Amino acid sequence: MRFTGWAANYVDERTSASTAVKALGRKIFPDHWSFMLGEVALYSFIVILLSGTFLTFFFDPSMTEVEYSGSYVPLQGIPMSVAYHSSLDISFEIRGGLLMRQVHHWAALLFVAAIGLHMLRVFFTGAFRKPRELNWIVGFLLFVMAMALGFTGYSLPDDLLSGNGLRIIDGMIKAVPVAGAWISYLLFGDEFPGTDIIPRLYVLHIMLLPAITIALIGIHMVLLVVNKHTQFAAPGRTNDNVVGSPVLPGFAAKAGGFFFLVFGVIVLIASFFTINPIWNYGPYDPSPVSAGTQPDWYIGFADGALRLIPPNLDFVDPFGFTWAFGVLIPLVGLLVFLAAVGLYPFFEAWVTGDRREHHIAERPRNAPTRTAIGAAGVTFYAALWAAASSDLIATHFRLSIEGVILALQVATVFGPFVAYFITKRVCLALQRKDREIALHGFESGRIVRLPGGEYIEVHEQLDDFERWKLVSFDEYQPIMIRPNDQGKITVNQRVRATLSRWFFEDRIAPVTQNELESQKH
Amino acid sequence: MAPTSPASARRAGRRSPLATTALLVVGLLATGGAYALATTTATAETTAASAQLIDEGGKLFAANCASCHGLDAEGTAAGPTLIGAGALAVDFQVGTGRMPMAASGPQAEVKPVQFTQEQIDAMAAWVADLAPGPAVPADRYIAGDGDAAIGAELFRINCAMCHNVAGAGGALTEGKWAPGLAGVDPVHIYGAMVTGPQNMPVFSDLNLTPEEKNDIITYLLYIEENPSVGGWDLGSLGPVSEGLFIWIFGLGGLVAVTIWLTAKSN
Repeated sequence: MRFTGWAANYVDERTSASTAVKALGRKIFPDHWSFMLGEVALYSFIVILLSGTFLTFFFDPSMTEVEYSGSYVPLQGIPMSVAYHSSLDISFEIRGGLLMRQVHHWAALLFVAAIGLHMLRVFFTGAFRKPRELNWIVGFLLFVMAMALGFTGYSLPDDLLSGNGLRIIDGMIKAVPVAGAWISYLLFGDEFPGTDIIPRLYVLHIMLLPAITIALIGIHMVLLVVNKHTQFAAPGRTNDNVVGSPVLPGFAAKAGGFFFLVFGVIVLIASFFTINPIWNYGPYDPSPVSAGTQPDWYIGFADGALRLIPPNLDFVDPFGFTWAFGVLIPLVGLLVFLAAVGLYPFFEAWVTGDRREHHIAERPRNAPTRTAIGAAGVTFYAALWAAASSDLIATHFRLSIEGVILALQVATVFGPFVAYFITKRVCLALQRKDREIALHGFESGRIVRLPGGEYIEVHEQLDDFERWKLVSFDEYQPIMIRPNDQGKITVNQRVRATLSRWFFEDRIAPVTQNELESQKH
Repeated sequence: MAPTSPASARRAGRRSPLATTALLVVGLLATGGAYALATTTATAETTAASAQLIDEGGKLFAANCASCHGLDAEGTAAGPTLIGAGALAVDFQVGTGRMPMAASGPQAEVKPVQFTQEQIDAMAAWVADLAPGPAVPADRYIAGDGDAAIGAELFRINCAMCHNVAGAGGALTEGKWAPGLAGVDPVHIYGAMVTGPQNMPVFSDLNLTPEEKNDIITYLLYIEENPSVGGWDLGSLGPVSEGLFIWIFGLGGLVAVTIWLTAKSN
């Protein structure tokens, strides 16, 4: 005890660390399960760093050809690259290597999945609104980085599956007009596949991309602390405070424990479930493609887009240039979709004209149009994502693959609209229900017979705490078209007013104090 | 010399230059005759057995197959001709339960085998008797004792695009599919390669030699007998089953943990 005190004092006198610890230790974090999804992503990233470091000790990214001499019988004597050989050695010869490979890969899948769910939570609760737009952008970039890290990572073993994936990327790059072939040669150093790509991807995968990711995570965390965490509406929670537990000791202990739970779940999965059995696939050879060749799940939506685009869109123009629209349209479509995801907060801020700070997380039903837009986006993504497994859907549900493709094409084009309307109506209905409950109470289940013989069910009023959750939300109204300083109505104004009307023309106003008062008989 | 003359006469007879020839003739006649007799009997028995087998096969065919393939296997609108299909095709189609088909569909499905091996052999003999076709291979080509590495490479190049690198199967067009290969009898794997059933191409002996076919069988037996070292293989279907698994059980499990961690103690 005396030593601990002395040591703490020693450090503090030389670093003034206590100021920072005091400030950070008193930082309050609200408690809600959905606020821990980002933590899952963060912790799986730490697991990825640890297991990845182990893998770098043994992986050799060279594409020099050697003959396999390891212990996996069905590959013995087969020529392959050093990269694939060392990946096999990690799996079969190095103690704990296979476990580490599987930990690394499962953690990577979990990392991107947790980011996806975390983004959905932030989107549907409106937690991207001012002052958190920039942190949304940082988080969005992290999502893109995660996909890039994943792709460069699963390309490294140089087995058949990873080579097939690279071939698709090569095809997408080559579809870019004018510059495509140049970019492809620049990246691969030769006609595909060449002998440079694995070492180059390796440098990106273990140096540049992780460095950018760590820097972005740092910014993400700092902005989180600066902006404070959002909280759901509840008694005592306002836009100006944060109600929850302080970092020290409660939250830190919980978060630390949660890290080990995440680590444990990943190791448990990696111990019992195979992931990417590279030994099945054999060394990369440009000719074979296995049935059931898919990218990892987070690239699936891109693969699905390529599967869904109708055929015969490609042609050669009179100047002799090939226009591969069958690849270009999905490519551009996906980039537009990603850009829309990244820029949505600015779009919504412009439409609503809302410049206030928001620290209360909205319930999705209280922003029906946004929730509906989100549902439409999720449907679009999910249809593309499902299309990446069109062949497995066909075999496992005994359908014809053409039927599956057609159904998913329809779902991709019309599904978002259907999802939009259904979601919006459900949100409005739920708001109406909330309003009804706030004003008239809830059905108590108690049936009373009146002296005249009539039966009624007694409604009971909510207590003030519960009612507050139902009535405290922001109300928006469509903005009016107004002339500017010069007395002109700009096109910008008109578009904005139209969008604003689209957002807010159907709305359920929150219950006002007057309504509540008049309801109290 | 006189008392010895009969003896010498006998000796002279025995030593006559013709005696050896005569003996040879007798010996050859005896052994050859006996052999000829024996072999003639054997041939007669085999022919009788084959004829009986073919006859039995013909009856089975007429009862179970002819409604689609025609009484003389000449084919109808409902089923192709089997003239020249060979014994191996019958062994594959009937031995895996695909024939007789339960219903018309995108392709004949595997179902419990309807006949005993003797009955299948009989039908195979009947079909083989119609016209020459692929025969059931010698045991050494389906022993599965070849080179698994060569087999694996041949499998990746020739088979994996439909059957998946781990033989898990895959989709074809119009509701057809390439079946999974786990648990398939080596003779049926061989038969499928040689006869090209349904949508499968024929891999003739010029394309894949019988030894190479045995290598492929060796590889398939290897992956069947040596399950994934990394744990349960999730059907060997690749990233799709892995993605589903991590979303449902990985992230799903962790969401359950977050709910548990933030639950208020009541």
